[in-house]
Amino acid sequence: MSATAQLEDLEQELLATVDAAGDETALEAVRVAALGKKGSISELMKGLGGMDADQRKVMGPALNGLKTRIGDAITAKRRGLHDEVLEARLATETIDVTLPARPERMGTVHPVSQVLDEVIQIFGDMGFAVAEGPHIETDFYNFTALNIPEEHPARQEHDTFYFNEREDGSRMVLRTHTSPVQIRTMENQEPPIRIIAPGRTYRCDSDQTHTPMFHQIEGLVLDEETHLGHLKWCLEEFCKAFFEVDDVKMRFRASHFPFTEPSMEVDVGCSWEGGQVKIGAGDDWLEILGSGVVHPNVIAAGGLDPERYQGFAFGMGLDRLAMLKYGIPDLRAFFEADLRWLRHYGFSALDVPTLAGGLTR
Amino acid sequence: MKLTLSWLKEYLETEASVDEIAEGLLGVGLEVDSVVNMAEALSAFTIAKVKEARQHPNADRLRVCDVETANGMVQVVCGAPNARTGMTGVFAPSGTHIPGTGIDLQKAEIRGVESNGMLCSEREMQISDEHDGIIDLDDGFAIGMPAAEALGLDDPVFDIELTPNRPDALGIRGIARDLAAKGLGTLKPLDVEPVAGTFDSPISVSLNFDDPDNSPCPMFVGRYFRGVRNGPSPDWLQRLLRAIGLRPISALVDITNFVTYAYGRPLHVFDADKVHGNIQARLSKPGEKMLALDGKEYEFDDTMTMIADANGPEAIGGVMGGERSGCTEGTVNVFLEAALFDPIRTATTGRKLQLQSDARYRFERGVDPAFVETGAEIGSRLILDLCGGEPSHLVIAGAAPDTTRSYTLRKERVRTLGGIEVPLDEQKRILEALGFGVIQTDTGFDCSVPPWRPDVHGEADLVEEVCRIVGLDKVPNAPMKRSHATTHPVLTRLQRRTSAARRTLATRGLNEAVTWSFLPEEHALLFGGGQPELKLANPISSELSDMRPSLLPNLIAAVARNMARGFLDVGLFEIGQAYAGAAPVDETVRAAGVRRGTTMERHWTGEARPVDAFDAKADAIAALEAAGAPVQSLQVVAGAPGWFHPGRSGTFQLGPQNQIAHFGELHPRVIDALDVKAPLVGFELVLNNIPEPKKAGGASRPALDASDLQAVSRDFAFVLDAGVAADKVARAAKGADKALITHVSVFDLFEGGKAAQALGAGKKSLAIAVTLQPRERTLTDEEIDAVSQKVIAQVEKATGGVLRG
Repeated sequence: MSATAQLEDLEQELLATVDAAGDETALEAVRVAALGKKGSISELMKGLGGMDADQRKVMGPALNGLKTRIGDAITAKRRGLHDEVLEARLATETIDVTLPARPERMGTVHPVSQVLDEVIQIFGDMGFAVAEGPHIETDFYNFTALNIPEEHPARQEHDTFYFNEREDGSRMVLRTHTSPVQIRTMENQEPPIRIIAPGRTYRCDSDQTHTPMFHQIEGLVLDEETHLGHLKWCLEEFCKAFFEVDDVKMRFRASHFPFTEPSMEVDVGCSWEGGQVKIGAGDDWLEILGSGVVHPNVIAAGGLDPERYQGFAFGMGLDRLAMLKYGIPDLRAFFEADLRWLRHYGFSALDVPTLAGGLTR
Repeated sequence: MKLTLSWLKEYLETEASVDEIAEGLLGVGLEVDSVVNMAEALSAFTIAKVKEARQHPNADRLRVCDVETANGMVQVVCGAPNARTGMTGVFAPSGTHIPGTGIDLQKAEIRGVESNGMLCSEREMQISDEHDGIIDLDDGFAIGMPAAEALGLDDPVFDIELTPNRPDALGIRGIARDLAAKGLGTLKPLDVEPVAGTFDSPISVSLNFDDPDNSPCPMFVGRYFRGVRNGPSPDWLQRLLRAIGLRPISALVDITNFVTYAYGRPLHVFDADKVHGNIQARLSKPGEKMLALDGKEYEFDDTMTMIADANGPEAIGGVMGGERSGCTEGTVNVFLEAALFDPIRTATTGRKLQLQSDARYRFERGVDPAFVETGAEIGSRLILDLCGGEPSHLVIAGAAPDTTRSYTLRKERVRTLGGIEVPLDEQKRILEALGFGVIQTDTGFDCSVPPWRPDVHGEADLVEEVCRIVGLDKVPNAPMKRSHATTHPVLTRLQRRTSAARRTLATRGLNEAVTWSFLPEEHALLFGGGQPELKLANPISSELSDMRPSLLPNLIAAVARNMARGFLDVGLFEIGQAYAGAAPVDETVRAAGVRRGTTMERHWTGEARPVDAFDAKADAIAALEAAGAPVQSLQVVAGAPGWFHPGRSGTFQLGPQNQIAHFGELHPRVIDALDVKAPLVGFELVLNNIPEPKKAGGASRPALDASDLQAVSRDFAFVLDAGVAADKVARAAKGADKALITHVSVFDLFEGGKAAQALGAGKKSLAIAVTLQPRERTLTDEEIDAVSQKVIAQVEKATGGVLRG
């Protein structure tokens, strides 16, 4: 039998023992017996040194080839044994995937906050800054400066909350609208002015559709050229953006507010489907805001020259905007902090409205 | 303000439809609340005759009626006591919706007798409250005629909501004037022929006021009528008044109401035989009383305008007449009053007396001062026509105040302020149609204001008049200029901080609430409020009496309400104002939150953990960080205001003068008072108190300073006096080698009874992990040991503790 034939026999024998190894220990014994220091292949390799050159030329590659093939066979076998062990273990490791995950509480943002963020996005894009003012106001800022003289019926219609009279006879009021911010802004800023002023407002009124506290948003534009046509454009663009419709049917009705002249109330077209209101089109109308060209007396009260400056102002209910857009039925529930309501009508913290991404998801 | 179409047409020559008129009213600023045409609502109701009414065989109170209707004979079972053979009534067939009962009529069998429809009462038709019997009409009406027509209800009724600046529209003729200007018809000329008096009034009138230039009643026109017959007014007048919701009383009273609504000119009639002596207008005397026509007695102070005779007040000027001298069916001699009353005084008087009336409503808005005599003549003519009698000459005291004034309307002003091009001719036409005197000049128009328009005070008002008549819908939209190509940031730092705090707290599982800015006094007091200047003079209720000193009490009250609904784990937050005083600087913007119950619902992976002060602390830190507070340099000190648990609360501050946030368990007394149950924790931070960032800084970040070398961590446990703050240990450890030590965390605390047993009374053990970050090369064991020794030494020195063996 030639030397190479012997190697082939050895290879068959070794491969058979590798294949027969039942576990990693047996396999390791096989490896040591073949490739260990005194292993059968190692012993044969030692013999290479005593061979003549021709013989070595044949046997060298043959032995090395054998060594590699046996090594690979062992590695493959080992991987197979590993997999079997792993499979066996995994077969015992099961969970009930229907068990609930660890609970996490998701908080919510109040609809009024969300809608305010939406409104700020829209007016911010039109260059309006956000102005603020105190809730506890003087009679001057809340009424007199806004061209609402004492004892005027319009003043009575405001259902004002008063604080107790002070020693000097004056008494503070809770602002009945966000309009005082108009005056405070004029006092502190030369035109051009473009602001919105959102915030809490108060009226001494409480029934099905009125709450003693609610939210308004004021708008004021003052420069040397802004007129009624700009007001209409601004409001129409706002409504389209806010209600996220391409077109919105609007109606501008002459009205009266002491602080604007001309004054108008604005309705949007709507339709009712299954108790839900759809804004934009339809045969019904919903009043959404009051507005007008700023009255010269108001500009003068703000310390500016009414002969030089003109512009418009508007005011609308933030809560009402939220109710209309999101189909929230009851104003009073806005302020009751009922968890069920907050979770149902609230917004995810990460639903930050943007114009580029869309105001609503 | 209500009016009917036919009444409007008394003053307006028009072919316009109901819809066109409604649209026109809306356009000119007279908001139409509703247009009701009863003829449409009642179209199913028709005239029918009862051919025979006989006793129901099985019921004493019912009758069986054979009714002749437009669709033939019908049998109806009727329970009305007045149902009788031969009567003419109103019939509704089966299938009709009956507005007064809300029921849809169905063919029915009533006690064994078939009934097909109904004979109706006024209440069932919802035209009045009358329900004593079914409608019983004159025989003259044809069978099948619409009932609305027979009842005089086929006249559309407009209900208009008026703005307070338009007293002229409180008379139907004033509304007609607006519509005529709008182009919806022609205003009929007012044709008032003065009544020729035949004798001097036996009653004279004087105006007794100190300051005639500022008179509460600058003018009074009166007329005496002898020998009138008062009684029910004629059908046409009753029908007019009923249609707009007024109750006919007697001819004399109905005439005053008619003139009030037709011309916005309130009148009053005295029974002259009950007037003692002459009439004077004067201010009331304190304590004077009068029984008014509404049946209530009113007591006056010294500021109210009285129409008085020798017996005292007979009428509250501009508000309401008195019962004593009121007209009755038996009135024979009448004294008619048409007077002018000061708007402010009338409003004040009405408010003080809590007395509303059609007269007050008009006088407080401003009645046409030039129409006093005309109004008296219109009333006189009606009295003579309807009640007969003999008129005296007019009695005139005082004079109408001069309200003439004019303003310039520049040619371009409608365009530059109203944003619409209106031809000058059209501007002139509109203003003249509204009663302005218009004179064209080089610059525009000089416009004199008609006396019935007290609201017009300048050029802007004139622009408004033109615009509202042209129609605001005609004003073309004009785009506003953009100052920048792209959107520029508009929010202030505080606004951005507020928004960031809000959304951060919402990510932490808290639900944002918006609660009242007010609260009950006892809650205010618990949270350091209740100051006199923060109390409302006219609160809605005692539950909403004071401005809130903190956001916490209303949030806690909301927790209580939710607990009452069965929600025991509640987490709420709010961002809003709290009030420390009445000045603007006393209003601060705050973020506050409360947690009650457990952190999570019970779960199969482990026990639910009750909330504690550290949950509130984590909320506070998250909000502070979001709001840009320098959290790393904030001091945390024990203790918070009195509404927190004294030992389980803390404060974040930048020095004692600038406390930014409080957190902790709420005080058990507060928990009791607000009707909630522990565990309840909360925090509140004042967003205004967070300082501005030190440097403006651009968007650029400093370069990342990360070492490639692995960090090393070593643990240390110290035995300490129980009172030593963990923060002190951590700071001391960190200070041991500022270059190497990058982080110290507290990972174990052993305290309480068992700790005392193991470590000695009053002792605790605190374990910290210290992270060393080598920069240049890997640390040797010796170097690490050296740092460890420094950490131990620093902590022991700072705290008096010892390394736990």
